[in-house]
Amino acid sequence: MIEGFAALYIFMLAGFVGYEVIARVPVILHTPLMSGSNFVHGIVVVGAMVALGGADSGLEQLIGFVGVALAAGNAVGGYVVTERMLEMFKSSKG
Amino acid sequence: MVLIQFVYFAAAVLFILGLKRMSSPKTARSGIVWAGAGMLLATLITLVHPGMGNYLLILIALGVGSYVAWASGRKVAMTDMPQMIAIYNGMGGGAAACIAAVELLKGSTHGASGALLGALGALIGAVSFSGSVIAWAKLDGRMKKAVRFAHQQRLNLAVFALALLLGLCVVLQSHPGAFTIVAFFLAALAFGVLMALPIGGADMPVVISLFNAFTGLAVAFEGFVLQNAAMIIAGTVVGAAGTLLTQLMAKAMNRPIRNVLFSHFGASAGGA
Repeated sequence: MIEGFAALYIFMLAGFVGYEVIARVPVILHTPLMSGSNFVHGIVVVGAMVALGGADSGLEQLIGFVGVALAAGNAVGGYVVTERMLEMFKSSKG
Repeated sequence: MVLIQFVYFAAAVLFILGLKRMSSPKTARSGIVWAGAGMLLATLITLVHPGMGNYLLILIALGVGSYVAWASGRKVAMTDMPQMIAIYNGMGGGAAACIAAVELLKGSTHGASGALLGALGALIGAVSFSGSVIAWAKLDGRMKKAVRFAHQQRLNLAVFALALLLGLCVVLQSHPGAFTIVAFFLAALAFGVLMALPIGGADMPVVISLFNAFTGLAVAFEGFVLQNAAMIIAGTVVGAAGTLLTQLMAKAMNRPIRNVLFSHFGASAGGA
C-alpha cells in the first residue's frame, strides 16, 4: 500500500511540514520543543509492538521485548518531561 | 483494518497540530496534550492489529518501560531535564534498532528497498542510542571530561565506514547470518559512542537535538519497513523539525553546527 513513489512523496511532504511547522519558534521554546518532538517519535512504540507481536523465535521475542520497553520509555518519559517543562508557561493562556 | 489506518491517520494529524502548538508560547501547553492523545489512540489500536501474538510480553514490556520512565520523569529536577531528554531519545533510537533487528532476523523486510531502509534505520537508531547514552552520562556528571585523542576523527571515520560496509553485507545477503547482523549493530553502537565522546558538556543540548532528529529519521525508515504510515509521517516530521531545531540552537549559541561536531578547539566550553 505505501510503496515506491507514494512513500517518497509522503517522506518529502512530511519533511517540509516538519520544517515549516516549527520555523518561527522563539528561543525560549527550543528545549521544550526538542522534548516535544522527542515525545512524538515515541510513536516507534507502535512499530515495536507490531515487531514483537510477530516475533517467533526466542531471540526475536527478546529483542522485541527490549524494543517495546525502550519505546514505551521514550513515549511516556517524553510526555512527562515535556508536560512538566511546559507547565512553566502556565501564566499565558493555553 | 480500515479503522486501524484511520486511527493512524488521525494520530499523524494530531502530532503535527501538537508540534505546531508547541512552537508558540501561547498554545504550547495544549500542544503536548494533543500529541499525547494521538499517541494513546495509536498505541491502543495497535493492540488489535492483525497477526499479533505475544500479548503478555507486549503488555509486560509496555508496563515496565512506562513505569520506569514515568517514575524517573516525575522526580527529576528541572535543571536536569536535558539529560532526561537525551536518555528518552536514546530509548527511541534503540527501539527503532530493535525493530530492524527483529525484521532482519525474520527476513521479512519486503524486498531490497525494505532491507536497505531497515538497515539504514538500524544504523541511525543505534548511533542515536549509544550517542544519547554518552550525552546523558556527560550531562549527568557521570563522565567528566570530553575524551579526545590523536587521529580521533580518522578512527571515527573508519568505524563509520565499517558500519556502512557491514550494513551493506546485511542488505545484500538474502538471509544474513546472525553474526553479520550482530557485528553490524556493534559497529553502529561504537560509532555513536565515538561521535559523542569528544563533545563538551556545553555543546551537548545541540547534539541531543541532533540525535533527536536522527531518531526521528530512524523511526521513519522502520515505518517504511513495517508499512506504517503513522511512523513514517511522525518520524519524518521530527527528523525535519529536529534538524531545523538543531540549526536554530547552534545559531542561538553562536556556534556553527560543524564546529560543535568536529572542532577540537573552542574547548573552553568543554566538559572539565
